[in-house]
Amino acid sequence: MTKHQEPIVDIKLARSFGINQEEFDSIQRIMGRMPSYTELGIFSVLWSEHCSYKNSKPLLKLFPTRAPQVLQGPGENAGIVDIGDGLGIAMKVESHNHPSAIEPYQGAATGIGGILRDIFTMGARPIALMDPLYFGSLEDAHVRHLFSGVVSGIADYGNCVGIPTVGGSVVFDESYTTNPLVNVMCLGLVENKKIMRGFASGSGNLVIAVGATTGRDGIHGATFASEELSEESSAKRPSVQIGDPFTKKLLLEATLELIESGLAVGIQDMGAAGLTSSSIEMASRAGTGLEMDMSQVPLREKGMTPYEIMLSESQERMVVVAPKENYEQIKAIFDKWELHCSSIGVVTDDGHVRIKWGEEVFADIPVKALVDEAPVYERESQKPGYLDKLKQFIQNDIKEPKDHNRSLNIVLSAPTIASKRWVYQQYDHQVRTNTAVLPGSDAAVLRIRGTNKAIGITTDCNGRYCYLNPFNGGAIAVAEAARNLACSGAKPLGLTDCLNFGNPYKPEVFYQMKQAVEGLAEACKVLEVPVISGNVSLYNESLTHSVYPTPLIGMVGLIEDLSQITTQWFKEPGDVVFLAGDIKSQPDIGGSEYLKVVHGQVNGDAPAIDLSAEKKLHDFVRDAIKAGLVRSAHDCSEGGLAVALAECCFTPPLDPLLNKEGTGLVADLSDLPGRSDFKLFAEFQSRIVLSCKPSDIEKLEGLAKKQGVDIMKLGTVGGDRLVIKDLIDLPVAEARKTWEEAIPNIMK
Amino acid sequence: MKFAVITFPGSNCDYDCYRAVKDHLKCPVEYIWHREHSLNDCDCVILPGGFSYGDYLRTGAIARFSPIMRQVIDFADKGGPVIGICNGFQILLESGLLPGAMLVNRSLQFICKTVHLKAENNKLPFTNKLTKNQLIKVPIAHKEGNYYADQKTVRELEENGRVVFRYCDSSGKADDTANPNGSVNNIAGITNQQGNVLGMMPHPERALEQLLGSSDGVLIFDSIKNFLGAK
Repeated sequence: MTKHQEPIVDIKLARSFGINQEEFDSIQRIMGRMPSYTELGIFSVLWSEHCSYKNSKPLLKLFPTRAPQVLQGPGENAGIVDIGDGLGIAMKVESHNHPSAIEPYQGAATGIGGILRDIFTMGARPIALMDPLYFGSLEDAHVRHLFSGVVSGIADYGNCVGIPTVGGSVVFDESYTTNPLVNVMCLGLVENKKIMRGFASGSGNLVIAVGATTGRDGIHGATFASEELSEESSAKRPSVQIGDPFTKKLLLEATLELIESGLAVGIQDMGAAGLTSSSIEMASRAGTGLEMDMSQVPLREKGMTPYEIMLSESQERMVVVAPKENYEQIKAIFDKWELHCSSIGVVTDDGHVRIKWGEEVFADIPVKALVDEAPVYERESQKPGYLDKLKQFIQNDIKEPKDHNRSLNIVLSAPTIASKRWVYQQYDHQVRTNTAVLPGSDAAVLRIRGTNKAIGITTDCNGRYCYLNPFNGGAIAVAEAARNLACSGAKPLGLTDCLNFGNPYKPEVFYQMKQAVEGLAEACKVLEVPVISGNVSLYNESLTHSVYPTPLIGMVGLIEDLSQITTQWFKEPGDVVFLAGDIKSQPDIGGSEYLKVVHGQVNGDAPAIDLSAEKKLHDFVRDAIKAGLVRSAHDCSEGGLAVALAECCFTPPLDPLLNKEGTGLVADLSDLPGRSDFKLFAEFQSRIVLSCKPSDIEKLEGLAKKQGVDIMKLGTVGGDRLVIKDLIDLPVAEARKTWEEAIPNIMK
Repeated sequence: MKFAVITFPGSNCDYDCYRAVKDHLKCPVEYIWHREHSLNDCDCVILPGGFSYGDYLRTGAIARFSPIMRQVIDFADKGGPVIGICNGFQILLESGLLPGAMLVNRSLQFICKTVHLKAENNKLPFTNKLTKNQLIKVPIAHKEGNYYADQKTVRELEENGRVVFRYCDSSGKADDTANPNGSVNNIAGITNQQGNVLGMMPHPERALEQLLGSSDGVLIFDSIKNFLGAK
């Protein structure tokens, strides 16, 4: 038997584990004694922000989480919504921001690994990945290193596992320079009667560790994710786990085979805080206790202590709880897939987690204390001073440029607006042959095999809007996601959120967080989209500032008939182009990409948003699609109307619908109010560009009138130029080249 | 008329190939695990795409040692039709059923997109439903698809009609701009001397429905069925 000598526990050690004095005192109170080294380690990870949500819990309660279609809301590994036919979609988003900041390739890769486990643990087969990414300016060489590292980490991992990466978003802004946001969302398809949950129930049942061996990688990863990055952060590179997509693929297949067999009663992935959080969360859900012998855990390194084994974040591991008599059959499944499978303990009924090495006890803690008694803080909130300053912005002080073609070219080549083909071409977006709308349109669309249905998927958040106006920014993130789905023909079923913010101990940051969450919650209520899962990533800070508040939204919606799948691109010359939604308001260029890249300012307010008008617009567009009146639908967002119209002209290469005669546009915006450049580039919400056959004009206008939605004819599809009367006249091929080559040219 | 889809640890297009046979051809098909020792009397073998053994060491380099590969080689030697797609092509190269090797794409990046192919040999079990030099649209998705062989081998392939598919543009021109990965002579797919083993980097199983962007892969699957039916 190995003898493990543990270090002395005191406040200094506790602090180095991220535990403050107040928390250290309450740990001693709960234990009635000084905790052991292993116990302190367990407390530190379970009470970290990453696992306990101690600074965000009161805010998360604001989200609506119930709706008839919700089969599983927040609290499990992933949320699940019903899509009919006995099928459900499991969905969750995660962040891997800090690991990606110091080791972009492995950081991004293991982010995918983690989110995949959350999905297949529920019994769902992963069917799609989405990658919303936020970086600094590509002018910066280090940012280019982070960008290319993250993209190839995602590509190598996702491609190897064989899950298509069907979309995402990439935003570039100086606020993210040293602290990029690397979020990843996964969706899985599950037969509703086979949904699996993470319960360690049944006293006497075995606790089984399966998958890869346990090493020293990633120890304290959860704690690391719960503090600010600093100059010393790169010394924490060993806190970043190393991914093995090949083993992950085997683990995925073996786990789904195990669930199919019905041999297990509970399964949980080992993600952040490894064996500690997985086993203890399972016991907490089931109201049971656990006794585990660390000497039985398959290890990849010699001399590991119980502390290290409990806190390791080695990838590709799961915990299974199952009756003793099923053990041999379970082992046979993992043997087939050449994976480890080892019984490491039993479920008990005393509500304690007991960690042993042979007979020696290293930790003995009440489960309730670790999970339910984790601290919850209502942090101090203070309105940041910058907000009032921004309100003084007067847009008419901005000089109107003479050449709008030039402005459009500048905006089209801004990396945030430009084509992301350089990114998504590196992702396998077609494997498993369900992807009906490839990356590049408003929402990705996957058909559901064996049905006539499809799902639309999108991720959205404009961090700049949230910085300028946290409440509206939050509401817009939800509204834009729902709008993207409406444009693809889908009705939203549920959303998952990744709340990326700075350090919540800064009152200004907590203000942003609170306001943004209130905005999200309000939009969820009005647009009737429940929150089914989510993640919180705080402490996203660089040396000088917090990142823009970025509450990222991933949303899934249902398209009831494959024939209703709609894309953003114009389809045929002669089709008539309309603008639906807000066509009467004066334009406001606050927070726009135009203001930033043409005039060098981040200023003003975020765009206004009227959520009930937004809802009407979505219903109208979906109804028009259902009625077969819509040839194309595209959301107006970043870059404004001019960019939206240009994107409608950029038919994807090899598209079977690409018409030889060209899908250019001749439009006239004279009837829209406001100054010319504002008309072109203001980022109005609640606007959708539609095209229809000339023979359907009356029907489309009639439907709009009936539903109380304003609609205005803008022009006609045709030719090979993008013409906006008196303002813009560019060959489509040239504009497209500007837009398409911007990122590849920088990354050469 | 039964098809075998060989599954290696790390295969990930096995499911798509299985569905292609089952849903499109409506023929019997079974997965055969790489550790098996029999092809169960199947009439056509599909080596699917993916990352067998995680592409560790070299693409296809470990999979060729899987027990089932002996049966696959035997089956091919007896004239049975074998098609290797993407990683399946790489495994065929490593196991010596086809000549040459794969290099990393010249962009050094994974590439997923739909390309045009010219079908230059329409006399094979896999191409008999195509017309000679017919252009088809099929997706590619690989990082190591930059086909390479020495000059002598390439000459032999070219002179004997063993270059089955070539990357080209929408007008059929097979020049460098139409070459997605740097492969020698724009080669996308080749066959063995007997014409019963096909290796191709593009994925015909991803091009069976207009809903997903192209249905030109139908011609390849229908050719196999046609060949087996006529046998």
